[in-house]
Amino acid sequence: MKSLLEGRVAVVTGGSRGIGLAAANVLAAQGASVAICSRADMPSLEQVVRGLQSSGSNEHMASTADVADSAQVAVFYRKVFDRYRRLDVLVNNAGVLGDAVVGMIADDLIDNTLATNVKGAIYNLQAAARLMQRKKTGSIINLSSIIGTRGNRGQTVYGASKAAIIGLTQSAAKDLAPANIRVNAIAPGYIDTPMIAHLDPATHATRVANIGLGRVGKAEEVANAILFLASDLSSYVTGQVLGVDGGMVI
Amino acid sequence: MPSVPRSNLKRLFVDTLNLGPEVDVEELKYNGVKAWDSVAHMALVAALETEFDVMLDTDEVLDLSSFKKCVEILGKYGLEIVA
Repeated sequence: MKSLLEGRVAVVTGGSRGIGLAAANVLAAQGASVAICSRADMPSLEQVVRGLQSSGSNEHMASTADVADSAQVAVFYRKVFDRYRRLDVLVNNAGVLGDAVVGMIADDLIDNTLATNVKGAIYNLQAAARLMQRKKTGSIINLSSIIGTRGNRGQTVYGASKAAIIGLTQSAAKDLAPANIRVNAIAPGYIDTPMIAHLDPATHATRVANIGLGRVGKAEEVANAILFLASDLSSYVTGQVLGVDGGMVI
Repeated sequence: MPSVPRSNLKRLFVDTLNLGPEVDVEELKYNGVKAWDSVAHMALVAALETEFDVMLDTDEVLDLSSFKKCVEILGKYGLEIVA
């Protein structure tokens, strides 16, 4: 049986760990060549690429880049273009998480969160769409969050950034539909990634108690939803937000 | 510097923007005709990048406001548009 992404090229931002790494693995396993960008150091990224390489014969690449810096994003996409001459999938995943209750929100937290989570997402979406338009096909998957759709105490800034992802997804889907480029978002719930490692046991238990399926989600389960949106299985789906949250209630 | 016949570049504009024979491509400006709107602009950029194997910067995409400006931008990539 032919792989779902045979011959295609995917970019995964923030692909060195967590959901990004899981997505890179799933896309590579389905035949895609994967280009990762991350703020991680090159030795770490090269290790990720070696891991991807073990899943097949495709050529993968990685580059250090801060998605909040438009110049670095432009350089990264030029490298992708030089290497593959095409782009089919963008997993717009890079993000930061910082908590602060209203009244204790520092300017730096706002600036850093919006720069990475919103400006970075737009920079990547725009650069990726430019490459995709050459072949008049592509799929962009933006990572939102249940915090962006439902909100959460202490996460006003993060929630705002992830709600912005939904707005940009729905607008970009309309912009890019004439070029046959689909744009969708995924809103993960409580997923076992380094982003939740800082939570104390009591908070963790409370969160799990609010999940219908009664357990924390796995990064691979989010990656499988990303695969669905990246592939032709979702060829008539655009402008949508797919919750991957195990029935979590906030 | 590689040279590109001006007629080839004009043909690309005509084909991508679906221009009629009445349009003077040499004097064409962004939003100067209905066919060259923002959606068509991105298609035009994609066509230029594919045809000439270049990758324009975002600033250049925004700056590509006329046929003549296009000639100038392509010149930055070592392409000489000749008569």
